Amino acid sequence: MKYLDEFGDPDLARALLDRIHAATTQPWAIMEVCGGQTHSIIRHGIDQLLPAGLELIHGPGCPVCVTPLETIDRALAIARRPEVTFCSFGDMLRVPGSRDDLFTIKSQGGDVRVVYSPLDALTIAGENPDRQVVFFGIGFETTAPANAMTVVQARRLGIPNFSLLVSHVLVPPAIAAIMESPACRVQAFLAAGHVCSVMGLSQYHPLAQRYRVPIVVTGFEPLDLLEGIRRTVVQLEEGRHEVENAYPRAVPAAGNPAAQAVLEDVFEVTDRTWRGIGSIPGSGWRLSQRYAEYDAERRFDVTGIRTDESPLCRSGEVLQGLIKPTECAAFGRECTPRMPLGATMVSTEGACAAYHAYRRLDVAPT
Amino acid sequence: MCLAVPGRVLTIYAERGTTMADVDFGGARKKVCLAYLPETQVGEYVIVHVGFAIQRLDEASALETLATFERMGLLAEEFGEPSGEPFGEAGREAAAEPDGKSRPAVPQ
Repeated sequence: MKYLDEFGDPDLARALLDRIHAATTQPWAIMEVCGGQTHSIIRHGIDQLLPAGLELIHGPGCPVCVTPLETIDRALAIARRPEVTFCSFGDMLRVPGSRDDLFTIKSQGGDVRVVYSPLDALTIAGENPDRQVVFFGIGFETTAPANAMTVVQARRLGIPNFSLLVSHVLVPPAIAAIMESPACRVQAFLAAGHVCSVMGLSQYHPLAQRYRVPIVVTGFEPLDLLEGIRRTVVQLEEGRHEVENAYPRAVPAAGNPAAQAVLEDVFEVTDRTWRGIGSIPGSGWRLSQRYAEYDAERRFDVTGIRTDESPLCRSGEVLQGLIKPTECAAFGRECTPRMPLGATMVSTEGACAAYHAYRRLDVAPT
Repeated sequence: MCLAVPGRVLTIYAERGTTMADVDFGGARKKVCLAYLPETQVGEYVIVHVGFAIQRLDEASALETLATFERMGLLAEEFGEPSGEPFGEAGREAAAEPDGKSRPAVPQ
């Protein structure tokens, strides 16, 4: 496809790799925040082509993975209600709650539907006025504009039977939390390109300054990732800590101001618990007071949720970059994409799922 | 979830008061909401995430980035090993651009 395939050219990748090898004189640890980038890195084997000691730490940028267990359980409770049509991105269906998942509810006759876009859920609501249609609005700043616009449309078109179960998460507070952690090994960040397509670069300059870390905005194709890594290494070697944009074709410095304006209207900042990580202050968006009537949490009074996480699952450590997925004893045994213990094994952006798809044969059987 | 794909805008139309477009993704056609990029023209490339165009794809910048990579490859071939930083400066300026417009990394 145009503007995708060209950025996977093997000869140019070799040239960039040569540059990275030439620039690297000592070990460095770089975190790619975004799970989509993790998958691209593992799929193309980019981490295995880097100089020895240049480590990529996989970050928490997998929205399905970090959606708090309590929210999953709340989603399951809402989806079970007979009057509800529960719509979600497909990734969410196998994410384990405390006792079951959306897929189980669907198989038991619940009206759970996979949609491509939140607008599809709004269409379902418009066509079925006797149903309560709920969309599971998760995701980072990339996805939030779609969910925000859908709520705006619901009001404008007068579709009262639509609501949003919101659990949005934000990248900059997560970067701050990672840097504040005593266990932090991260020396530089590849920032998620499409988050910056929406939000721009301005939030990252203070982070680079405060924590003295290079932050390079990076795309998703092999050449984009290699160029992001190359620029990060050059900064680290030179002792600089700046924000650079290695993905200018998709990221203007200001982001998308029209989207930012709607986000500001529809959402407000809130503290958010990240599954496996814990609470991060100011790291989420919830619906603002102006749109509270579309908030599924208010519309469906779900109480008595008692969460129960798998004792075997180490996804929290994976999400914080403390261990690689293959270091978990349950990896590929008790925990597989078909029978996942944690969300990181489910999502197309989860690090465990990436290692299971492309690396599971590397794990020696014991 | 943060994956977004570039596609070419085929037609633009209004639907229920919103600007929509049919977008071609290498042969697959999808309906996309253009509410966040109202000035998009037919023939332009946009970056699409869950049915919404979140950004236009700057074709000139894409081609210049590729040309820069190409040049690095040629340099390596010609001199046998990589040398210098042909576009570190340009990239930093692009990141710091105050007027909101990205400036692509241009080979010197």
